[in-house]
Amino acid sequence: MLDDFLVRAALAAVGTALAASILGCFVVWRRMAYFGDATAHAAILGVALALALNVSVIAGVGLVALIVALLIHRLSDRQQGTDTILGVLAHGALALGLVAVALLPGARIDLEAYLFGDVLTVTRSDLAVIWAGVLVVLALLWWHWSALLLATLNPDLATASGVDPQRENLILTLMLAGVVAVAIKVVGALLITALLVIPAAAARRASNGPERMAAVAASIGVTAALGGIALSLQLDTPTGPSIVCVAVALFACASLGGRFIRSA
Amino acid sequence: MTLLSAEHLRVSYGTTAILQDVSLSIAAGEIVTIVGPNGSGKSTLLRSLIGALRPDSGRILREAGLRIGYVPQKLSIDSTLPLTARRFLDLPRRVSRAQGEAALTRTGVAHVANRQMADLSGGQFQRVLLARAILNAPQLLILDEATQGLDQPGAAQFYRLIEDVRGDLGCAVLMVSHELHVVMSASDRVICLNGHICCEGTPEVVSAAPAYRELFGTGTGGALALYRHDHDHHHHHHHHGTTD
Repeated sequence: MLDDFLVRAALAAVGTALAASILGCFVVWRRMAYFGDATAHAAILGVALALALNVSVIAGVGLVALIVALLIHRLSDRQQGTDTILGVLAHGALALGLVAVALLPGARIDLEAYLFGDVLTVTRSDLAVIWAGVLVVLALLWWHWSALLLATLNPDLATASGVDPQRENLILTLMLAGVVAVAIKVVGALLITALLVIPAAAARRASNGPERMAAVAASIGVTAALGGIALSLQLDTPTGPSIVCVAVALFACASLGGRFIRSA
Repeated sequence: MTLLSAEHLRVSYGTTAILQDVSLSIAAGEIVTIVGPNGSGKSTLLRSLIGALRPDSGRILREAGLRIGYVPQKLSIDSTLPLTARRFLDLPRRVSRAQGEAALTRTGVAHVANRQMADLSGGQFQRVLLARAILNAPQLLILDEATQGLDQPGAAQFYRLIEDVRGDLGCAVLMVSHELHVVMSASDRVICLNGHICCEGTPEVVSAAPAYRELFGTGTGGALALYRHDHDHHHHHHHHGTTD
């Protein structure tokens, strides 16, 4: 079954969408979209390093994403304009990554595959790594769900209840780096934030509780992943952007539907 | 029995000292109110006591296994986060249906259990926060300006509720407030803070203390001055205090 490239692509996209859309709820609740963007852009630098050192791309991306995320985390603690720091780091890492890739000796690499994803070329071992990452993220979300929620609401309230908000922030940062690493093959560095934010945003109106919002976001994410692959086969369009297009369409439907229900 | 004490706390942000040489202790069952002008370090002190801030020096001693219920100054819930009042009680640990209902009933907001936190009025919101804080039968309830944003009758009602809850649970209460005249009557002890502890004692002692009068006699102006004018008769003391 895994011999079929379509099955592998579908499994990779579904796993990534599942982890990204649930984690994405926290990204939305904490207004971290730009943080996600900066971490994701750093992925290109990770690609360059991985190719230069001849190690797995996913490992390189995960490591660099983690370092950049931790860096942002540290710097934004110091009350300088977080927006500005994110802007510098996001585009700095992206530009540095693009330059580093160009400087790599030997075979020219297909940069587009890392910027916009290339899920149809996912191999069996890619798939194993992606799902390992996805399962780790899902497990962390499961174990830390309440603690993460409380730390999101109010750090002091969390501390008073015996939850260390710093630790939860760190776990969130780790998960974000993990999702960036597994998503680079699926939607590419430039569209990872879309996979994080759009399903969660679309799920908001249909939800009266955080768990429900996560569940609805996950199903929207998975629908977008499968729908996007189908769309790209039908129209012969790039798969990553097609997945995001379907997600945006679902978001639009949810928004219009919500407005309709509200005014009815 | 002392539940919580602080010894010679010093906290600073950068080079600015917020708290200097602050020592205090809370005994089981008493109601202690910290009053002080804006920027006097009240919230900083509470955050140090709950462990959210590490003091530069000094230490904080807690009775082993001390259960604290904490009501923060404000809780801004992002509009993208759907959360009902009942679900909020389950953070970080799930509580039984009966427990949740009992807590909400105790604070008079059982009827909003399934409403979104974002849709609650200020008073209802604070009562839900209080309901969550009393879930673990705390020995010490800590409230940071819990009535901010409530009107005077609402605030007075909220303080009565806190007194009732104290009566039920037998817990100590440590609160920060700027509504001195309302809080005073409910407190066993008042600590007047302005970076350091200016004075402390029973409400009567503190309200007559020169240091207190210096801070609040002119500082908060109208309402308080009027209140004092109406309700105690130490006019000459007042005068004496401000010129001292």
